[in-house]
Amino acid sequence: MSDYIIEMLNITKDFPGIRANDNITLQLRRGEIHALLGENGAGKSTLMSILFGLYQAEEGEIRKDGKPVQVRDPNDANALGIGMVHQHFKLVHNFTVLENIVLGMETTQHGMLRMEEARQKVMALSQQYGLLIKPDALIEDITVGMQQRVEILKMLYRDNEILIFDEPTAVLTPQEIDELMRIMRSLAAEGKSILFITHKLAEIMAVADRCTVLRKGKYIGTVDVKSSSPQELAEMMVGRKVDFKIDKEPAQPGESALRVRGLSVEGSHGDKKAVNNVSFDVHKGEIVCIAGIDGNGQSELVYAITGLLPSTGEIKLNDAAIDHQPIRKRNTAGLAHIPEDRHKHGLVLDYDLQQNLSLKRYKTEEMQRRGLIRFDKVRAYAEELIDRFDIRSGQGPVTSARSMSGGNQQKAIIAREIDINPEVLIAVQPTRGLDVGAMLYIHEQLVRVRDEGKAILLISLELDEVFQLADRILVIYEGEIVAELDPKQTTPQELGLYMSGSKRQEVHA
Amino acid sequence: MSNLRKSLSSMSASLVAILAGLVAGFVILLFSNPANAGKGLLTILIGGWNNGMKGVGQVLYYATPIIMTGLAVGFAFKTGMFNIGATGQLMVGGFVSIYVGVTWTFLPGALHWIVALLMGMLAGMAWGMIVGVFKALLNVHEVITSIMLNYIALYGINYLVKNSNLFDSLRNQTVNVAATAVIPKAGLDKIFYITKGRLNDVSSVNAGILIAIALAILMYILLNKTTFGFELKACGYNRHASRYAGISENRAIITSMAIAGGLSGIAGALMYLAPASGLHIHMEEVLAAQGFTGIAVALLGMSNPIGIIFSGLFIAHITVGGFYLQSLKYMKEIIEVIIGLIIYFSAFSLLVRDLIAKAGKRRAKKGNQPSKQEAVS
Repeated sequence: MSDYIIEMLNITKDFPGIRANDNITLQLRRGEIHALLGENGAGKSTLMSILFGLYQAEEGEIRKDGKPVQVRDPNDANALGIGMVHQHFKLVHNFTVLENIVLGMETTQHGMLRMEEARQKVMALSQQYGLLIKPDALIEDITVGMQQRVEILKMLYRDNEILIFDEPTAVLTPQEIDELMRIMRSLAAEGKSILFITHKLAEIMAVADRCTVLRKGKYIGTVDVKSSSPQELAEMMVGRKVDFKIDKEPAQPGESALRVRGLSVEGSHGDKKAVNNVSFDVHKGEIVCIAGIDGNGQSELVYAITGLLPSTGEIKLNDAAIDHQPIRKRNTAGLAHIPEDRHKHGLVLDYDLQQNLSLKRYKTEEMQRRGLIRFDKVRAYAEELIDRFDIRSGQGPVTSARSMSGGNQQKAIIAREIDINPEVLIAVQPTRGLDVGAMLYIHEQLVRVRDEGKAILLISLELDEVFQLADRILVIYEGEIVAELDPKQTTPQELGLYMSGSKRQEVHA
Repeated sequence: MSNLRKSLSSMSASLVAILAGLVAGFVILLFSNPANAGKGLLTILIGGWNNGMKGVGQVLYYATPIIMTGLAVGFAFKTGMFNIGATGQLMVGGFVSIYVGVTWTFLPGALHWIVALLMGMLAGMAWGMIVGVFKALLNVHEVITSIMLNYIALYGINYLVKNSNLFDSLRNQTVNVAATAVIPKAGLDKIFYITKGRLNDVSSVNAGILIAIALAILMYILLNKTTFGFELKACGYNRHASRYAGISENRAIITSMAIAGGLSGIAGALMYLAPASGLHIHMEEVLAAQGFTGIAVALLGMSNPIGIIFSGLFIAHITVGGFYLQSLKYMKEIIEVIIGLIIYFSAFSLLVRDLIAKAGKRRAKKGNQPSKQEAVS
């Protein structure tokens, strides 16, 4: 029998205008935790999609136990014992945990569901691997950490031997991350083989046996994690020496640029307020970070300030009330917004890059005359931003936004928002899904904007980012600000306690 | 890829779709009357040319309203709305222009037809705007509202006509509009005729086709060159991002439906501001077919106003060709089926475009060149 349970040999995959995977080889040993590391756009997702049958490779072959196999669709993948926990969970929200696990593999008798057998198997697996779940709770009522355990149980229930984890720690608190690491180790100890897609070096060092690095669609190498270092991995990933720390002088906060008082937003289900009586200030020249677990009202808070959702309470921008202004008025008053979801809010994907870069400027004197767009100016402006912010794309200003990599899409949004020269910049997870290089770049830009005396409200789920950038941390839990912390005098563990609601302090704006 | 290449790939997709439709039509011809099938297909292909310049004029005449309704559907579609209500907007526009054409005889001759046309447009705009208002303010889906409004237009107009002096009870239709309200020929009757003996047999074509083409060009400019069009298309592609950028989605929905309705209203005016020998609104319980044909025209033209001119002309061309099939002993119903099939297949042009893109990729892969250029389509 082959040493490797699954092998992807010399895989090549082309997309319009780009070679996403160029002769990539990945070999997964039985019972190992194998990290797949790479910058955004390096081809990790494409490679995994090929393994999972969502894409077909142009060249190369996949072997299971040394024998070539065809993976035409996810059903083939499942038959080969390959399972995947996607970055965004694929769960039915109004089904119970148990129903979600058995969905598609129901045990039946005469066409009627027989849940008892399934329940026994699920509970046995849950005990064997220490995956704590509540089988009869609805998905929408359980924590993100438990939802992830449900996804893992789904794979185990299907007797998958090869488990793919796609950026699994992005949505977890530090405590939950430790728990996940423990689970992964116990799965590997029971003989499961794990592919762990990530860009967090600390997690690789903590849990992985080996690590394969991709860069710009090319295979860079596979290393033993024990005999490697974060510096070496980072260098392989980025292609040059990287400095994790950015230079950041202490903040020089000025007067209040954004003042929020008693802000509340109705919840979507009508029972609980999504944002409940929140008050805070963001001063000129400081970065205030709102830390919290996903879904605790961060999005709604931002939507209320930017005008995408109705709210009650007071919002002032440089002493002018904006809470009843339409969105465009708020924008022109000096509010810039790097949105959480770049595909939903940030870009019109069917527009090209230059149209997207002028999305908030097309009405200015410079870009239109009597309602006719001045395409030469639009193009010149786009070329300037592309140059200044190093936005890479296949065809320059006329590249369809849809065809650009996530990192460059994000750069385009950031270029657009920073260049409108805002008073207040709201950045929501500005580096989500981005690689070290792009992340550092965006962090530097944010600090630069701060040093120009602008106010920045940063919403982040990544604690590294919070500690890297914040001058002040506000913790949000269930729609309320439960703590105000100085990043220099707190630890990720303490922050985690506030984020999970186990601890709170009185906060006055 | 350059815009030119994109248009070329769209165009070839439309052509392939048309070809598939013709093959399907030919199969029906073979089944219903094998002896004449070849000749029949030729007749359809020749279309208007079967009858010289008059036939060509007829093609232009039939193309006029469906280019307008095609624009109405395509324009709304660019803003993310499916305007299935073109037929109702057309009838309301037609009715109001007939009303003006019959009763406002106090207007000076040169102005009469223009005012009647504009009033028809305004009526269509109002009818389309209702759909937009319901969608924007009450979140009622546009398909529901426009289907209901189609029937309200149909029966409402029947009721109003029958209870007014617009009713010609003998022929069960509307009375003739004043001669001053008839759309002028604009010299087209000097081009599109055939000579029969000593008389000229003149086609029904009139200035309407020129108006339709001019409006198509205007819509093209509006959509592609103005900030207004930029906003409308942005809303159509991604309403969340448009809202985020400060564009008022509600305003975009209402104005785009009003414009679409206005285009359909003009279609109705151009149809019914006709001489005594031309079209009248019949008191039947049938929705005007031109409204629905507009959907096919818009699909075949890929919602591009310039493309819609050509797709409208094409569908008019085969429709006129169908008329001449009757001389080959094909039943009228069979002809309708064949024409319907061709239109139906034509609407697959989007599907064909994807297939062409895939084939291009495969070709590129076989060659040793990296697929950078060809795969993008």
